[in-house]
Amino acid sequence: MLEIKNLSYTVTDPVTGKETRILDDVSLTINERFVAVTGPNGSGKSTLAKLIAGIIKPDCGQIILDGVDITDMSITERSRAGISFAFQQPVRFKGITVKDLISLAAGKKISISEACSYLAEVGLCAKEYINREVNASLSGGELKRIEIAMINARGTRFSVFDEPEAGIDLWSFNNLIKVFEKMHERTQGNILIISHQERILDIADKVVVIAGGKIAAYGTKEEILPELLASSAGCRYTAGGDN
Amino acid sequence: MAQKTLSKMEKDLLENIAGLHKVPEGAYSLRVNGQLFGKNSSANIQIEKKTERPGIEIYIAAGTKNESVHIPVILSETGITETVYNDFYIGEDADVVIVAGCGIHNCGTEMSEHSGIHAFYVGKNAKVKYVEKHYGEGDGNGRNVMNPTTQVYLAEGAYLEMETTQIKGVDSTDRKTYAKLDKDSTLVVYEKIMTHGEQYARTEFEVELNGEGCGTHVVSRSVAKDNSKQIFISNIKGNARCSGHTECDAIIMDNASVKAIPEIEANNIEASLIHEAAIGKIAGEQLIKLMTLGLDEKEAEEEIINGFLK
Repeated sequence: MLEIKNLSYTVTDPVTGKETRILDDVSLTINERFVAVTGPNGSGKSTLAKLIAGIIKPDCGQIILDGVDITDMSITERSRAGISFAFQQPVRFKGITVKDLISLAAGKKISISEACSYLAEVGLCAKEYINREVNASLSGGELKRIEIAMINARGTRFSVFDEPEAGIDLWSFNNLIKVFEKMHERTQGNILIISHQERILDIADKVVVIAGGKIAAYGTKEEILPELLASSAGCRYTAGGDN
Repeated sequence: MAQKTLSKMEKDLLENIAGLHKVPEGAYSLRVNGQLFGKNSSANIQIEKKTERPGIEIYIAAGTKNESVHIPVILSETGITETVYNDFYIGEDADVVIVAGCGIHNCGTEMSEHSGIHAFYVGKNAKVKYVEKHYGEGDGNGRNVMNPTTQVYLAEGAYLEMETTQIKGVDSTDRKTYAKLDKDSTLVVYEKIMTHGEQYARTEFEVELNGEGCGTHVVSRSVAKDNSKQIFISNIKGNARCSGHTECDAIIMDNASVKAIPEIEANNIEASLIHEAAIGKIAGEQLIKLMTLGLDEKEAEEEIINGFLK
């Protein structure tokens, strides 16, 4: 369970000195299998994910993982405490192979067959990818799948995915959803998914709508989706992606 | 001959530079502390000691396939300065691996210096993989210096791939590589360098693409840490219908300095030449990604560098 209490985050324009509040006094408890976070571009969704992973630090507020306050923990400490984060834009590395990254994610040397099983799960033909460098030769969609495979290999109790569906075109959504379901079976933890896709929102136990740095709505998909879809005629925040 | 057996430390050096645990099988020449320690020729590979100056001549018979030659050099005494001339004559259609390397263990206070001047005369359609490792260590204040010069002459259709690695402990290096390529020949160079402390490494490539259809790739990856300094110079001349590519990719850390001077010169309208050079620190997002996998910053840095220089 992850509890977010009164979390705020402000950025300051280095040129003008102007302050912009990205997240404003956000409180949220995540204790379901799947919680989807949605909202318009620039509403603060990715900021929330980075605050959870410790990549940025809040102005104020608290983040509590299974009763332990992790607000002051570094990225590494949070990761070791059980938080995983799949980036919206996965990072490339010259010389580091897919197998290297999956081993690092698993936190131990893993056999080729283990690494392959993580890749197969995300729809990549393992033998073609296992020894490839995670460099510019991989497409955005391939990188996204490898990113998901890494989170799978970590198997932590709390995982955050920032728009996992972006760039995954040919691979059916059903498979992506199966990956999340299997992940939950294994970890018995909570999975937070930032997404604009109705089909992802559809599997969520709870949906959080963030708008203007605040929680605009929070509830079951039955409560949230009709309202969200009705308002999307004027405000198309279920249609596109951030990138 | 000064000594008959290798000490533990010398064996460690040998392993570091040549991946060998003992004196190798087959054709080899091992030089220890300025003396020829031992050599062995095989049916197809003759190794002869030079008479007029230090060094050896290696003759590889035409058509020799899947054989290798090891010519490691070890300096374990402080204060040795030597220049060694090794010439390789590789017969037509041969396909061989040549492993050279120099390991210095300098526990004294004097400078140890090894300058290896290697010339490769590669015959028609012959294929050579040349692996060279430089490694230094020491617990004294003596400096380890290595100044290798490599000359490559590729006949028609010949192929030479040179893999050169200098990862640790060499205080100063000034490397020069010259190559002349005939028709349809290919030269591929992968250079890996890591400097730290106050080390200095200069590496210079000059490749003349003289024959129709010849080509080269010169790829250097380096990491400069602490106060170390690196200079990379490459000059590729396209004098015929040919292709040339030079690439220098460096990670800079701490107070290090890296200078890259890639130069390409086309003297023929059919010459196609490319140079690329990039220097930068480790990307913050790479560190962050690995930290989200549970590594601390130091471990993440090491992982990124090891991958980069793999």
